[in-house]
Amino acid sequence: MKGLLDQQFENGGVIITKVDDLLNWSRLSSLFPMTFGLACCAIEFMSTGSTVYDMDRFGMVPRATPRQSDVMIVSGTVTFKMADRIKQLYEQMAEPRYVISMGSCSNCGGPYWQHGYHVVKGVDRIVPIDVYVPGCPPRPEALIGGILKLHEKIRNESRVKPTALENLIDRNG
Amino acid sequence: MDNARLIELVRSVAGTVEEVKNTTPLSLSIDASALILVCEQLHKNPETYFDMLTCVNGVDNGPEANTMEVIYQLYSIPFNHSLMLKVILPRENPEIESVTSIWKSADWLEREVFDMFGIVFKNHPDLRRILMPADWNGYPLRKDYKHEETYRGIKID
Repeated sequence: MKGLLDQQFENGGVIITKVDDLLNWSRLSSLFPMTFGLACCAIEFMSTGSTVYDMDRFGMVPRATPRQSDVMIVSGTVTFKMADRIKQLYEQMAEPRYVISMGSCSNCGGPYWQHGYHVVKGVDRIVPIDVYVPGCPPRPEALIGGILKLHEKIRNESRVKPTALENLIDRNG
Repeated sequence: MDNARLIELVRSVAGTVEEVKNTTPLSLSIDASALILVCEQLHKNPETYFDMLTCVNGVDNGPEANTMEVIYQLYSIPFNHSLMLKVILPRENPEIESVTSIWKSADWLEREVFDMFGIVFKNHPDLRRILMPADWNGYPLRKDYKHEETYRGIKID
């Protein structure tokens, strides 16, 4: 299927689409990640932005502030000392906001899972995660895979039936 | 300066010196109370001139041995020779004089040993934790370290 703007406009330039589809398409086509890295995964994240892997083709340009970011890529080991900062950065992001957990460390503690007294065993203990990317560290291809998975997730979102609100009602009802 | 003369020099200042066998570089175990005098002498003596403190290590020998060690790695840039100084401390309330007055590099190195082992360096200008968060409880590299259940509401396991 062609992209929305690639299709021929007929019938006087009117196109009919669903609000959801239009909003989701616009959201997933310009996901600005936060310039943010914690360990060796950040190096792979940087590679993803480089010419060879070209993150920009997904409309992704790293932003230096959480207030202009749509997605936080937690790339690296989350220590207890860093945990508060990550939470604060997440809370400063405007909604809709998404989080990709990149690499074994932020997924589950990675190589520190048993004796790492200083490592949070999974960043999902601090902030909600949308996509987990496995690997130690994941190659740029894997991160791009994760980004595409996030696209898929956003594409299926709906503002007509806000699931978050439904969940809240279910929990209270 | 050869090893024999170095041992003799340290002995003349410290009183008792024990050579640790089979080490490279030469490793000397001295009394904690003599540390500052020995270090000052090694630093300013024109024959030794150890102008660089490369590393300060802590060692916990465990509850059975009931001792802790602080190890100083010294290096002389003009003479290209090295020395390892070792001090043995009791495991309860380990305390030792800070060498920051002699080598500035001791500042952060001693803070790290304090952070990991809880060894207190007296007269240190700024003895705070350097790696762990300020409100962390316990000293992680002690043999009998048990982590807490949670840290600021996040589960530790």
